[in-house]
Amino acid sequence: MKISVDVVVVGGGAAGMAAAKAAAEAGAKTLLLEREERLGGVLDQCIHPGFGLHRYREELTGPEFAFRLLSELERAGAEIQSGATVLSVRPSPELLVASEKGLIRVEAKALVWAAGARERPFGPLLIPGARPAGIFTAGLAQKLVNIHGLLPGKRALILGSGDIGLIMARRLHLEGVEVVGVAEIKPFPGGLLRNVVQCLEDFGIPLFLRHTVAKIHGGKRLSGVTLVEVDEQGQPISGTEKFFAVDTLVLSVGLIPEVRPLESLFPDGVKVNSFFQSAVPWIFFAGNALEIFDLVDTVAKIGEEAGRSAARYAQEKPPKPTAVPLRKGQNVAVLVPHELVPGEPAHLFLRVPRPLSRATIRVADVYAQNHVSLRPAEMVEIALSPEATVELARLPQADVEVIPA
Amino acid sequence: MTREFPCVSCPLGCLLRVELKDGKIERIEGNRCPRGEAYAREEITDPKRVLATSVKVLGGDYPLVSVRTDRPIPKRLIPTIMEIVRGLRVKAPVEIGQVLVANLAGTGANLIATRRVLPRSEKAEELSRKGRA
Repeated sequence: MKISVDVVVVGGGAAGMAAAKAAAEAGAKTLLLEREERLGGVLDQCIHPGFGLHRYREELTGPEFAFRLLSELERAGAEIQSGATVLSVRPSPELLVASEKGLIRVEAKALVWAAGARERPFGPLLIPGARPAGIFTAGLAQKLVNIHGLLPGKRALILGSGDIGLIMARRLHLEGVEVVGVAEIKPFPGGLLRNVVQCLEDFGIPLFLRHTVAKIHGGKRLSGVTLVEVDEQGQPISGTEKFFAVDTLVLSVGLIPEVRPLESLFPDGVKVNSFFQSAVPWIFFAGNALEIFDLVDTVAKIGEEAGRSAARYAQEKPPKPTAVPLRKGQNVAVLVPHELVPGEPAHLFLRVPRPLSRATIRVADVYAQNHVSLRPAEMVEIALSPEATVELARLPQADVEVIPA
Repeated sequence: MTREFPCVSCPLGCLLRVELKDGKIERIEGNRCPRGEAYAREEITDPKRVLATSVKVLGGDYPLVSVRTDRPIPKRLIPTIMEIVRGLRVKAPVEIGQVLVANLAGTGANLIATRRVLPRSEKAEELSRKGRA
């Protein structure tokens, strides 16, 4: 079977739903492909509140946010194909898709890649010791508990204090699992402060900062974990080992954008301009497949921008605009997009590598904003006017930096 | 004693500092509006939370329906309410927003479904029967 569309969106999570909605609203014939049976992506298993404060001005849970976005998508009139996995992307442009209906060839004028992220697994952490059952990534544990109604174990330790780790500490505690603590290698928590308070302090769950796992114990099933304190360089301090008898270790150690089916098209990594358009002009990126975001509200907003841009590209085939490259300066760990289109408004998203109190964010000499407090867990959004992006166009590149006071 | 916690009244998330003497509030700092002060007082005297969890569903396309309280409930009642929720069973279909328990444990808050659960399809029934056989 062969289908021809203007815009094909890969991934039915928040970014993909928002992109398909915006593309369809812009008049493009749009097809959304989702691997799972249901749309929503990771939102479906994020049953805790904290979503939608910006977009819907009220606090929703993940499934509720997904439901609203899906309703918007259905009204916009995009075609949805769930249970459809993208096998390959060819530069014709054409996608080879496996679905219940068989193999589908999708011809499209533009592609929005919104396939989300994968969790960093246990292997690459190179932790010494046994390899027993009982080690779960946080997202897997969340799916078992919240979708399938299964508990991963009876006594758990969590490695990594990102928001997913903190949320899972509370979730497991509420379901009767004894959570002995959360270990974090950095000297500060990885997740939002409100989650430290409402997920750990509320239930007396200890947070071990500057700690990591030194050893895994067990035969067929995990029997315990040894934690060790680390120094400023992240090296273990011998003599500080603590043993915890647990049958479950939950890993919340980072997310990796899922771009593997596109890797051959982007040998030097993915870079996008402020339309979220990549170096391959017909491919646009959105959501956690581009960069790991904190808030679904941001992901949906970027998804809409990527969808609108893809629709415009499909309809008008404009040449790829010349762009001003952005360069990460001091105290900038993450920055998207990577280039600005002069004369167009732009939203930059920036993450600092460590907590900073009182600092100024600068974009070359055309933008400066003072901040009282900046934290790695909270991305900062910078809005640049069309005039500002025109002014930046006189530079070979624009430096973005965070200068401590 | 000083306690520090972020305000959750809006996305700004001011870092609130509350100075306590003999368990009484001496001073509240860090808030940028009156909502922050009210939140700080409540957080010290009787903190409230929206509780989100799930309830078992009979005959649904999901084994669980995710639920939450439709307003914050006193934190101290969370263990009691979890006990009530654990014993609950609802029959599919469940509609998003449907009230599953009204006036939960006398709090005035309702327990509402946060997703739609449809009745399990015949095809799924058949697969599940085959699985068991």
